[in-house]
Amino acid sequence: MCESGLFYWANGCFNRLSGRSLKREIYFDNWPYSFILAQPMRNPRLHNLRKLSLSVILALFPVSAWAQSSNELIRFDRFNAFILLVVFSAAVLIYTNWAKRGKTLFLRKIPGLDAVEEAVGRATEMGRPVLFIPGIAELDEIETIAGISILGRVAKITAQYETPLMVPVRYPLVLAAGQEVVEQAYIEMGKGDAYDKDTVRYVAGEQFAFTANVNGYMMRERPATNIYMGAFFAESLLLAETGNAAGSIQIAGTARPEQLPFFIAACVYTLMGEELYAASAYLSHEPVMLGGLKGQDFVKMLLIIALVIGILLVTFGWGDTYVTWFDAV
Amino acid sequence: MRTQVPVVVAFLTGFALLVSFFFNENTWIGQISSEIKIWVTIVGGFTLLLGVVSITRVNWAAVKGRKEGWGYKVVTLISIFAMAIPAVFPSTWSPLFGRAEGSIYDWLFVYLDSPMMATMFATLAFYIASAAYRAFRARTPESTILLLTATAVMLWRVPMGEAFLNLFPGNIPEFLNTYIMNGANMAVQRGIIIGAALGAASMSLRIILGIERTYMGKG
Repeated sequence: MCESGLFYWANGCFNRLSGRSLKREIYFDNWPYSFILAQPMRNPRLHNLRKLSLSVILALFPVSAWAQSSNELIRFDRFNAFILLVVFSAAVLIYTNWAKRGKTLFLRKIPGLDAVEEAVGRATEMGRPVLFIPGIAELDEIETIAGISILGRVAKITAQYETPLMVPVRYPLVLAAGQEVVEQAYIEMGKGDAYDKDTVRYVAGEQFAFTANVNGYMMRERPATNIYMGAFFAESLLLAETGNAAGSIQIAGTARPEQLPFFIAACVYTLMGEELYAASAYLSHEPVMLGGLKGQDFVKMLLIIALVIGILLVTFGWGDTYVTWFDAV
Repeated sequence: MRTQVPVVVAFLTGFALLVSFFFNENTWIGQISSEIKIWVTIVGGFTLLLGVVSITRVNWAAVKGRKEGWGYKVVTLISIFAMAIPAVFPSTWSPLFGRAEGSIYDWLFVYLDSPMMATMFATLAFYIASAAYRAFRARTPESTILLLTATAVMLWRVPMGEAFLNLFPGNIPEFLNTYIMNGANMAVQRGIIIGAALGAASMSLRIILGIERTYMGKG
């Protein structure tokens, strides 16, 4: 157990900010800290040098190795997450800026999203409705927001073709958001009069009551196209298999790996993980939004490099310190 | 105004949550996150009324128009109010009110709602069988590999199957556990999870920065 000059320096800053006295205890479990702190500190110049050295180490070495004291103001154990956030934000902003300037950004094809318009067209030809389920999670789930974003695009296509759309939801907050998005889509397509407020409807708050209702709808109305986009749980296969039995073309998208096999078995197209979040940007074809996707790809590339380095280090038995860098991330 | 205000609210809320993540939960900044979650619950409580209005309007319209299956809609409407109204009144008025044991709400929940939910969940077994039949048809080399792997894993997952696999030399159950489940399966799952996490973070950033407005029906 040691005390760090850097932490006293940091404490001074925080004390000025918060007016509180913060006592910190730091536990070191790797050599860089131990080496520097073991150096004599009689000379003031050396003290400054030590502070500088520790500042550099703060940026380069695992802060997660420092135990979190309950009276600390800042979570230093999450410093690595902060670095990732800064890199991620910078990448997204830089690529968005490039996209704004007109630089062409390549985006790979996502067949499931290309098929959405085709599937709605099929429903129009058959004179049957389109069923869209934005998952069964609350609006505070990012998957639900992704689902609602895609719903806006689907609603524009159904408004254009004047195809009936049915959107059952499980939570009232999702109901409010869904109604707003669908109404806006109909207005933007100049079909405000065709908008039915009951297009998006609250069905049930219970997971399986919701499923029973939607399955009943599928068997009675036989929608030509079923689109599942959002967070799904045990009901995923109940919905997708019933849709399959009803003869509907089905497109699904979820970020839950445990539900993906069910959708893959029962649907024509399945968006996996990140494709769900990319859908709104992909469908919009707006360069600014595509810039965000490219930023995400850049960070993914960095992570792949980090993974390969980690695999090599761990394989040769030198990876313990390296692995701790990613603890809080 | 209808666009600007939600974007500003999304930015402020998202930024506050981000900052809060890096502060200790004991500090007021660190507590912003839990405070916002409480607000979401409160707002969600108010919007519950929207849900009740929606479900009543849709079902009432079907009953009024004598649409196909309108009788079921009547049952739905009766069920909603039979469950909700006695639960709203205080149990001091009558032991049948409120949500305590022995109340109407509790009786309906324990003897009707829960068994029906369990029944729906139980039907999943049949759906899995039909989906597995379709997924495991050996039409291509890839689907044949999937079929063989899935058969081995399913065998290993049941005690009798594991005993059967142990009859063969080479410790097949250990092989399946190490290389299939903890190797290939976990690697693929983690790849999807990392991709999904980056996608979620990217979408969150686009929303916080106001780049993405599709969740409001804009763009």
